[in-house]
Amino acid sequence: METTFNLLKTFTEAPGPVGREHTIREIVAEHWTPLVDEIHTDALGSLIALRHGSGPPPRPSLMAAAHIDEIGLIVTGIENNFLRVQPLGGMDRRILLGLEVTVHGQRPLPGIIGSRPPHVLSAAERRKVAAWDEVFVDTGLAADELTALVTVGDSITVDRELVALKNGLAAGKALDNRASVLAVTLALDILRSRNHTWDFYAVATAQEEVGVKGAITSAYSLAPHIAIALDVTFGKQHDDDGAGTFDLGQGPTIAMGPNFHPQVVERLIAAANAEEIPYQPEPVAGGSGTDAWGIQVAREGIPTGLIEIPLRYMHQPVETASLRDIERAGRLLAGFVTRLEADFRPHWEDEL
Amino acid sequence: MNLKLLEKLTQTFGPSGYEDEIRAVIRAEVESFADEIHVDPLGSLVAYRQGSGGGKKIAVAAHMDEVGLMATYVEEKGYVRFTLIGGGIWPGVGSRVRFADGTTGVIAVEHRDDATTMPEIHHLYIDVGATGRADCPVVVGAPAQFIGPLVHQGQRVISKTLDDRVGCYILIEVLRQLNDTPHDLYAIFSTQEEITLAGARTAAFRIDPDIAISIDVTATGDTPKALPMAVELGKGPAIKVKDSGMMAHPLVRDRLVEAARKAGVPFQMEVLTRGSTDAAAMQLVRSGVPSGCLSIPCRFLHSPSEMADEADIDNAIRLLLTALHTVA
Amino acid sequence: MNDVRHDPLITTLQTLADLTGVSGDETKVRRAIKPLVENHVDTLRVDALGNLITYKRGTAENPLRVLVTAHMDEVGFMVTGHTGEGGLRVAAVGSIPERLLPGTHVWVGQEPLAGVIGLQAIHRLHGESFPQAAPIEDLVVDIGAKNKEEAQEAAPLGTVITFATRCREMGAVLTGKAFDDRAGCAILVALLQGERLPCDLYGVFTVQEEVGLRGARVAAYAVEPDVGFVLEGTLVDDLPKHEKDVSPTTELGKGPAITVMDRSYITPPRLLSHVLKTAAVESIPCQLKQPGISGTEAGGIHPARGGVPAITIAVPCRYIHSPRAVLHPNDLANTLRLVRASIARLTPETLAFT
Repeated sequence: METTFNLLKTFTEAPGPVGREHTIREIVAEHWTPLVDEIHTDALGSLIALRHGSGPPPRPSLMAAAHIDEIGLIVTGIENNFLRVQPLGGMDRRILLGLEVTVHGQRPLPGIIGSRPPHVLSAAERRKVAAWDEVFVDTGLAADELTALVTVGDSITVDRELVALKNGLAAGKALDNRASVLAVTLALDILRSRNHTWDFYAVATAQEEVGVKGAITSAYSLAPHIAIALDVTFGKQHDDDGAGTFDLGQGPTIAMGPNFHPQVVERLIAAANAEEIPYQPEPVAGGSGTDAWGIQVAREGIPTGLIEIPLRYMHQPVETASLRDIERAGRLLAGFVTRLEADFRPHWEDEL
Repeated sequence: MNLKLLEKLTQTFGPSGYEDEIRAVIRAEVESFADEIHVDPLGSLVAYRQGSGGGKKIAVAAHMDEVGLMATYVEEKGYVRFTLIGGGIWPGVGSRVRFADGTTGVIAVEHRDDATTMPEIHHLYIDVGATGRADCPVVVGAPAQFIGPLVHQGQRVISKTLDDRVGCYILIEVLRQLNDTPHDLYAIFSTQEEITLAGARTAAFRIDPDIAISIDVTATGDTPKALPMAVELGKGPAIKVKDSGMMAHPLVRDRLVEAARKAGVPFQMEVLTRGSTDAAAMQLVRSGVPSGCLSIPCRFLHSPSEMADEADIDNAIRLLLTALHTVA
Repeated sequence: MNDVRHDPLITTLQTLADLTGVSGDETKVRRAIKPLVENHVDTLRVDALGNLITYKRGTAENPLRVLVTAHMDEVGFMVTGHTGEGGLRVAAVGSIPERLLPGTHVWVGQEPLAGVIGLQAIHRLHGESFPQAAPIEDLVVDIGAKNKEEAQEAAPLGTVITFATRCREMGAVLTGKAFDDRAGCAILVALLQGERLPCDLYGVFTVQEEVGLRGARVAAYAVEPDVGFVLEGTLVDDLPKHEKDVSPTTELGKGPAITVMDRSYITPPRLLSHVLKTAAVESIPCQLKQPGISGTEAGGIHPARGGVPAITIAVPCRYIHSPRAVLHPNDLANTLRLVRASIARLTPETLAFT
């Protein structure tokens, strides 16, 4: 396989706005196809790949879910030579001005988010974060051309190259959640040379950023015996390092709380220990805000776990993570699935 | 346009959860155009039209329920406090409501020292003319609808509950006018859209369709100082791309655009920042359903005086008929 | 009033209310309920989320499938961090008003360990007026640990915490924690212990109600019922207020509170009138809960699969989601009577639309 950095570069720089994930989906499919036995795209746009287990059929199945969609903007109107926009998912309004973007119109159009010159603004206005009705995308095209190429409802993604920082850190856009898609890819690669009795479904879920939709419907269709979601969590950073934040480079987190089955959590921890992978425990008091939240209540309920990669500056175009943590998340997932015995089913300690 | 039918539909009682009367009205209209009629456990009416074969299972939903209010407390002097059924409702002082038994009430507001701000719901009460709790005909838990008669003026229609009886009207007309289509059509007149989308969700679960489309109203950006929005009244039905509950499936969106072009009707693309429709629930049923929405531009949503354009309504019928005859 | 010490309904409530069962960690409660019902039901299983699903066959020929839920979980806290001084940082599991927390005594973990939540001495506020209640992330649970390491060992990340409250009598009422919804659990235990009903009864002790009605949702999917009954402990707002002529939401001692509409669903009118009629015929006092507030598991049950008519019948409880709730024993007994009678009198026609 290519280096982790190069793969992450390929995965993060590709566009995949919520609900229009086809470009990134095709790239991921290209990487997954040699590693799996079956692959298809479902009704909502999730990519579903299956590696058969070695156990006797009917085999139990594990679903690993990492979302491929990314936040962006959506065109809501055309005014003169500019595009009026609204957020697509939880876009951070504080980072917009001056940003380079691609407008996904009839063809991809480069654009810049414009801002008024400071010279005409009062001191108070200069400090103000622009409201949504003050945010416009400039494509350099005149109104008539713009109208021909762009329609209300077209999506816009951020353009940003992945850069390497010191100490094995990488910064760019859409590490939420392509870092996890990469971890699943690494796990698929590892599983080529390791035995797993369970069927392993790798799912690159669509539309997580608008309500974990791809996870809800793919979990329903696969009805797995266990599901592991992979996502990013808050990394410790200069201005936020309290409870609920995690060190970069100290390993992925393993989440615990009502969203997760205690035996799945236990087994994730056991796998981390056996594979000598450092991990950080992450308590989650209620909803995890990840695919795991939707998957757990699919059908009659699915025992679910969550692995997260610490990430600084979430939902900004400088999302920063540790490459080693991404690799460790992949190894942890692979280590977890290889340790599932054919007859293992999660149960409660007091179950009959 | 069949104004008599639209008037009957908009005026009939049916706040969310209390759709018996409006269901009976719609049932009588569609009975002769359906191969089967079914009422599901949450009260949605499903009219099934079998296709000529080789087509898809298509669910089209319009919701029967309307926003309204419910009595929460009757004061000693017979004034009624209330809560709202549905969201985004701003009951106007002096507007009128009708309870299921026909009792009419007037929305009124307590005296407030600072009357420059909008009153909150707990400042409002309903006066039904009672002299005390004993002779107040309203009991806790009684639902009510707003009063707003239908007026036809120029190209515009003004009435309460165009949301979404105009969708019901379109769906009824589609059932009436539809002839040979390969597709199996499930017309869902859904319940409880204004509160939980539960009616369309559960109906779609039973149907398990290949494609789902909702017919509902949407806001417009063409009024003074409106929230910026590209949709205008009278510029054609709107094909949804996104609202706060869903992203329309690109294929469904594109097929609706193709149908509009083929039918030669004007249309607009819609991005709605606040609000959603039954399609958001149908999309997530079972393994997921490619879903979209055809919207009727409508001003003053959830008020007793909603306003839509006659041509938009007629064009929506033509668009939908074309789509149903050709969607593959 | 019943003799509290000998009423099995109250004994069950006391046993269950004192247990720790924060959402997602309901094992202790489930373990306590099992022996109370296992000899009275035909099957019993635990599902993937931890719901205890029991089945009691009906006597009718084509029995209706009736789901009755009561949630085992309670609101509480979870350890999210440790301070350098050995304090525990916590997050709320479910909704707990912050202003209730200062000065409380809590149980940490399943042992449990004692802990307290204190504030800076009032003397040290230096003339500040009373500020807003401190947000929960600024509070610390003190278990007396010497330092961070000792705190981490005694109460690792993810440890659950509940109010340290034992159920007891007080005047004419009972007081304790977690009546929302161990009151419902006690009633469901009694319902299952009672004689067979005409319908097939699926009694489900659910998990994770307080974090989003999640247990009931998957249970309703699994059971595929014709109708759902939700047993709850619901709010009472009857403290004296500045305004006199306002709804107390429900009243203590006036019988079970029935939901017409809350934030999660609207009760189908037919089901509502069926229950009200049952109450009238059987002379059971009951009241309507003020519409439009709070949410219950009926919100998770009614959208399951092809749709399930559902209704919530609740025991009025003062001060729910606080260290000490209050309920009247007669309400507990009357809720059981009303639920049982309503289910016994159900027919397919009760549920059918025209």
